[in-house]
Amino acid sequence: MGLAYLTLVPFFGAILTKLSTRLGRYSSAWVAILSATLSLFLLWPLAIQVWQGETIIQRIGPWLPELGIDLAFRLDGLSLLFSLMILLVGLIVVIYARYYLSPRDSMGRFYAYLLLFMGSMLGVVLSENIIQLLMFWELTSLSSFLLISYWQQREEASRGARMALTITGGGGLAMLGGFLLLGNMAGSYDLSDILLAGDAIRSHEHYSSMLLLILLGVFTKSAQFPFHFWLPNAMAAPTPVSAYLHSATMVKAGIFLLARLFPALAGTPEWTWIVSGIGIVTFLTGSYIALFKHDMKALLAYSTISHLGLIVALFGIGTPLAVVAGVFHIINHATFKASLFMLAGIVDHETGTRDMRQLRGLRRYMPYTAALMVIAAAAMAGIPGLNGFVSKEMFLEQVVVYGDTFAPSWLLPAIVTAGAVFSAAYSIRIAHNVFFGGEPADLPKAPHDPSSGMQIPVAILVAACVVVGLFPAIAQPLVTLVAGSALQSAPPAFHLAIWHGLTPALWMSAVALAGGILVYRQREAFFSLQSLVDGRIDAKIIYNGVMRRLFAWSSAITMNADNLSQKRMLWILFVTAIVLGGYGFLSGGGPLAGNRAMLPVDPMSAMVAIIMMAAALATVIMHQQRFTALILVSAVGLGVALTFVKFSAPDLALTQLAVEFITAVLLLLALFFLPQATPDEQDRLRQARDIVIAVFSGLGIAALSYAVLTREYETIADYFIANSVSGGGGANVVNVLLVDFRGFDTMGEITVLALAGLGIYAMLDQLKLLSPKQDAEGRPWNPDTHPLILATFSRILLPLAMLVAVFILLRGHNLPGGGFIAGLITSAALIVQYLANGVEWTRSKLPANTHPLIGYGLLTAASTGVASWYFGYPFLTSTFEHVHLPLLGEFELASAMAFDIGVFLVVVGTSLLILINLGMIHQVSYLPRIGKNTGGKEPKPARAAAIDKAEKTTTKKQEDMPWKR
Amino acid sequence: MEALISILIGILTAGGVYLCLRSHTFPVVLGLTLLSYAVNLFLFMMGRLVIGKPPIISEQAGSYADPLPQALVLTAIVISFAMTAYIIVLALKARTEMGNDHVDGKEVR
Repeated sequence: MGLAYLTLVPFFGAILTKLSTRLGRYSSAWVAILSATLSLFLLWPLAIQVWQGETIIQRIGPWLPELGIDLAFRLDGLSLLFSLMILLVGLIVVIYARYYLSPRDSMGRFYAYLLLFMGSMLGVVLSENIIQLLMFWELTSLSSFLLISYWQQREEASRGARMALTITGGGGLAMLGGFLLLGNMAGSYDLSDILLAGDAIRSHEHYSSMLLLILLGVFTKSAQFPFHFWLPNAMAAPTPVSAYLHSATMVKAGIFLLARLFPALAGTPEWTWIVSGIGIVTFLTGSYIALFKHDMKALLAYSTISHLGLIVALFGIGTPLAVVAGVFHIINHATFKASLFMLAGIVDHETGTRDMRQLRGLRRYMPYTAALMVIAAAAMAGIPGLNGFVSKEMFLEQVVVYGDTFAPSWLLPAIVTAGAVFSAAYSIRIAHNVFFGGEPADLPKAPHDPSSGMQIPVAILVAACVVVGLFPAIAQPLVTLVAGSALQSAPPAFHLAIWHGLTPALWMSAVALAGGILVYRQREAFFSLQSLVDGRIDAKIIYNGVMRRLFAWSSAITMNADNLSQKRMLWILFVTAIVLGGYGFLSGGGPLAGNRAMLPVDPMSAMVAIIMMAAALATVIMHQQRFTALILVSAVGLGVALTFVKFSAPDLALTQLAVEFITAVLLLLALFFLPQATPDEQDRLRQARDIVIAVFSGLGIAALSYAVLTREYETIADYFIANSVSGGGGANVVNVLLVDFRGFDTMGEITVLALAGLGIYAMLDQLKLLSPKQDAEGRPWNPDTHPLILATFSRILLPLAMLVAVFILLRGHNLPGGGFIAGLITSAALIVQYLANGVEWTRSKLPANTHPLIGYGLLTAASTGVASWYFGYPFLTSTFEHVHLPLLGEFELASAMAFDIGVFLVVVGTSLLILINLGMIHQVSYLPRIGKNTGGKEPKPARAAAIDKAEKTTTKKQEDMPWKR
Repeated sequence: MEALISILIGILTAGGVYLCLRSHTFPVVLGLTLLSYAVNLFLFMMGRLVIGKPPIISEQAGSYADPLPQALVLTAIVISFAMTAYIIVLALKARTEMGNDHVDGKEVR
């Protein structure tokens, strides 16, 4: 479990940092430091086992058992190296960022994202299962997106973040395909099996496509040509992020995967050509472009691309010694590049600019920074005595060996030496240009050495560069261990040392250094040469062009389908439904009517049906007189309730009645603010078309209903009827279905209800509506808002109505009733109070806010469900007990009752929330009108005063509650 | 009876569809209300027409109406109320912000 815990620690830390911001500005930094330390602490005992040559595999349990995928973690030399890099560099960066971030930046958010990344990256390197690995892989892309766009207000930050996510996300998708193929070939998604199945994988017919897909993921993540351009654009991130993600860890995830899957995939010509080819091209282009970047971070970004290319090339060459060199360079690059990024951050932090055309001669003002920078840059250039030299030498040696395998044998070493020349040149530039030569001019800030909190982390890394550079043998055991686990066999004998004799590699190094100095001295000539092509050949331009075309294309498709006209969308929908339904209907053959025995028509039903039809048709014909149409539509609704009564559905009838009442009140309230009449439609042709569509829809539905109703069917209801009493403890099967058999469904439905209510609340908040001055016939609105008789009677009725609601709620399990109906009855009773007595009066008597009611309702319902876990049953399993109470006699207490009370609370809360809020707007808008009607012919002063008062109260309310926006 | 109910559902649907195709918000809300009546009835009828046999278990009753469509329609009624409320408030908001009560905020051809 240890590995799972140490991966999870940063995730929990991420949550804690966000919460800890309340304890002070730097508390989140402490949480981050503690998380990284705790993970290291958990890693320690396991690391010792691995050091002794073990491979630790910890299986947690099934994850997707249907696909045979288990959660499992793996720690061997390779993953140990990466975990240490993630945690140690992470710790250093966390401390550095504590001093780097300015007071305006949110520390909590920064550290939360950083820890999120740390956990995801640990997940990538520690996963045993490749699907699990991919999940963490995508998480690193996401957290990188969040970190790049950390300064959200900066345009280039969000653009860079989007670009990085598009490229790495696209690569991740390709990799998913590759992993699925790979898992199929190996017969397992576990790395232990895959690493042993190398021969089967390499001889598989789909090997090349699988390799290509996985390499797409690798190359996009590790910024290899031609996908390299996202990395320089990701430099919009804060510098600690660039140091951590975009040089030391995340961009190495692709390389990690190359090393991880090396035993399974490598050794074929495809592997060698693609991987080493892309690596060398990237190495050369990266180091060439880096020289021309005037921004320190951009230079470092391209240099990172170039070094990543170098490592990729080593894995592509694929000899055991090349793998050893690759592993060694991973370590060295992480140390010197992370320190260089942090040094660039220091320069930026202390001078206010990273532009190397402005910076010069800083060594007099920042001597310590200058010293650190010179050492780190020398390591990057590959100067003897520093770690970069040792691994670069090994790389050059491998290139010479590899170059011999094809003619002309000098070609590859020459290309690589050219790359190394530029590599030396840009390394010299970043140190010399910034810290030497002349006096700095026009700097935004007066430069000085930074606080030790920023310098010490860098100094630790730089010290590591020197120690490994002088005594490379120190790294020998670690490199042996890591290379061994990457190769899955004992690595060849090698010796890490500075001096190997006068080898060709040494000559290439010497040429590179001399050439680098020469190029740097002649840099102005190179700059003017480069300025001829600048801005023309740029992968970013191609990317932008592709993206633009993609957006134009998709919006063209959208606009062709949708011209923003609801009518058009709807008639297309209806006509499609009619055509498809009609085709299915007619092509099926068979008679319309089935042979089920039909019920006779009794006069009462006929009458109700005819009234409903007439009311529906009248609604349509008179829809322009809105008030009339509203009354007519309510009549149809009452008819629907009667239909439910007739056909044995008492619960539905009760629900429909209560809903009908509330809907009518709601629509009346809303109608007050809308025009009272609908203008005539000009376009008769369209009207005719709509009539045709409507008639065909009606015919289709009628035919379908008739066909269904005249046929027998098989129902699954028998089970529910048989088990309702014994299993659910209730005789009312509909209610037992709602709160027990299909309780999860109901849970979802009350959530939808609650969300609709909250959505309405949000829309009505701060809404100012236009109130009409008179009704449709031109009469002023009646000023007598609260008729006395209604007010008096409604107050008497309230307790009675509440009694009925409680009764309906309690009996719901056995007789028609239940939470939904009782909730609607309660709301109806309370709404009558609002109508009769006015909002102000009622609000003073009742809690004004019904949000808590909704919350409690959902909580009650959900906790009833969760409670069944406690007893070892699935979510929402209900139980019931027969209790005997004096006077009342025998009755049942079902846990479903608690659930039903939750439903009840949500229904009451939501319907009241909707109506009270609409009613309150009504009240505010209505106030001025009282002034008008009592004020006589020219009641302006009184009215204006009333408006003033109303506005004042509303503005005051806004000032009091600045968060309510 | 089955034919009568089918015609009823058909007429409710036709009325609802026609009103949904109007270009002002209030008729569309009315149309949706009619359509939801039709849909609720239609779903309810999937349990076939049964008279006088409510699904409440008792020793006297021999058979029951199908409770499953009833349970589904019960929540559907409440949800369609919530949706009607949502749409009418959306219409109010649109009226305030657009200055008219056209479904598209303006006349679109």
